[in-house]
Amino acid sequence: MSQETLSDFPLELEGADAPMVRFRQVTKRYGNLTVLDSLDLDVAEGEMVTIIGPSGSGKTTVLRMLMTLETINEGVIYVDGKPLTHMPRNGGLVPADNRYLRKMRANIGMCFQHFNLFPHMTAIENCMEGPVHVLGLPKREARERSEELLEMVGMADKRDQHPSRLSGGQQQRVAIARALAMRPKVMLFDEVTSALDPEVIGEVTNVIRKLVGEHNLTMLMVTHQMGFAKDISDRVCFFFGGRIEEQGKPADLFGNPQRERTQQFLSAVKEAS
Amino acid sequence: MSYFEFLAEYGPRFVDGAAVTALQTVLAAVLAIAIAVAMGLMRLSRNVPVRWFATVYVEIFRGTSLLVQLYWIFFVLPLFGITMEKFTAGFVAVGMNLGAYGAELVRGAILSVPKGQWEAALALNMSPAKRMVRVIFPQAFLAMLPPWGNLLIELLKGTALVSLISVADLMFEAKQINSTTFLSAQAFGTALVIYYVMSRFLITPFMRWLERVMARKMGRA
Ligand SMILES: Nc1ncnc2c1ncn2[C@@H]1O[C@H](COP(=O)(O)OP(=O)(O)OP(=O)(O)O)[C@@H](O)[C@H]1O
Ligand SMILES: [Mg+2]
Repeated sequence: MSQETLSDFPLELEGADAPMVRFRQVTKRYGNLTVLDSLDLDVAEGEMVTIIGPSGSGKTTVLRMLMTLETINEGVIYVDGKPLTHMPRNGGLVPADNRYLRKMRANIGMCFQHFNLFPHMTAIENCMEGPVHVLGLPKREARERSEELLEMVGMADKRDQHPSRLSGGQQQRVAIARALAMRPKVMLFDEVTSALDPEVIGEVTNVIRKLVGEHNLTMLMVTHQMGFAKDISDRVCFFFGGRIEEQGKPADLFGNPQRERTQQFLSAVKEAS
Repeated sequence: MSYFEFLAEYGPRFVDGAAVTALQTVLAAVLAIAIAVAMGLMRLSRNVPVRWFATVYVEIFRGTSLLVQLYWIFFVLPLFGITMEKFTAGFVAVGMNLGAYGAELVRGAILSVPKGQWEAALALNMSPAKRMVRVIFPQAFLAMLPPWGNLLIELLKGTALVSLISVADLMFEAKQINSTTFLSAQAFGTALVIYYVMSRFLITPFMRWLERVMARKMGRA
């Protein structure tokens, strides 16, 4: 991470059209490998953006950087108008410290490919953990909130089961409820159906569909399910080599891709399925 | 003298000795667990001096003999103004020694918790301390119970050395009885059986029970 003060980046994004998420010239490297290459990406409030692309193109990295699971090498990420990876200091931006990160992280929730539920807690305890021990909510209130969310994802009847007693699809639905219980403004889904048996994928995608329809959440989703992406996205970004090769409305990107790499990728995916 | 007569005569002293051994074991175990958790966590600290301190501790106590450590604590520390009762010196030496081995169990168990658990806890915006206490340690605890069972048996056996600084434990009594009666087979045979019973019929079943209880609590049963 570059230690000097960044002066070319605004300290805040203002105005009615400020995006909920903004990547500005974001570069991420692992050693010599450049995984994100000066990436620019805006996501508007309430927008559902899907990221597709070949393996290794940096899709997961985009989400992990937003979740602050990875550090940034160059550029700045903004969330809800404020810098996420950096904090204002002396009129410029410096790398965020842990306290600042914790404040900003409250805006973001994430669901993982392998659910990552806490195995020693029941479904509802998983959901209550954050509200009680991070937000400091009274237990009763956290329980009510969690019960509502488990109801919403269709898991109310399994609330007292440990994850080991739940199928993959059920675990993923609990994981979505757990993330939502923190009331994030931005939700991240990283291949949340990839580890599931085909017959239970629908129960998870239906939950996400519901979120798109009923909530004003801003969502970023990485998926290999093109049909699902086409159905529910406001916008689809095709990633290639750590950059956005092409993006647009799902009907345009899937129906009439402009770039050769997009066409190749989409036809390869079609053949495989 | 038949073995029954031997037991009638010296049984009470074996019982007394066994009680001291049991107490030494419990106190040493409590100390070992506390040290193991502290040192195990410090070994994983981001802070270099903290990590370094724990590494040196573990190296010293694992790399030298328990008997030498016991003598240090009982005979050498008083020269530096730290004097302990022999009973205290006994379980402190055993606890500090086994704590160093335990630290490696704690560290290993924490590292064995999948990375995804850390990431999920971070995604819920938990503080580092909450992540450890609420998410990682409970899972590590379950994973480290079986090796701790073995370590506690080692610890019980290790307490026999405290007889060398005249703590009146089971081994001490056995040696005393042997030197007055010259009935070595009876004296040491009885001690052998008592140690075996303590490890196999007390510690092992207790640890199995604890594993079952914890596994059930964590939804793994
Ligand atoms: N911790 C790491 N250390 C080194 N390289 C990494 C690390 N994490 C990811 N990479 C590399 O970064 C590149 C992008 O990874 P990323 O996980 O973002 O890809 P992806 O588009 O999500 O791929 P997939 O579809 O396979 O999930 C890959 O080449 C990967 O090997
Ligand atoms: Mg990925």
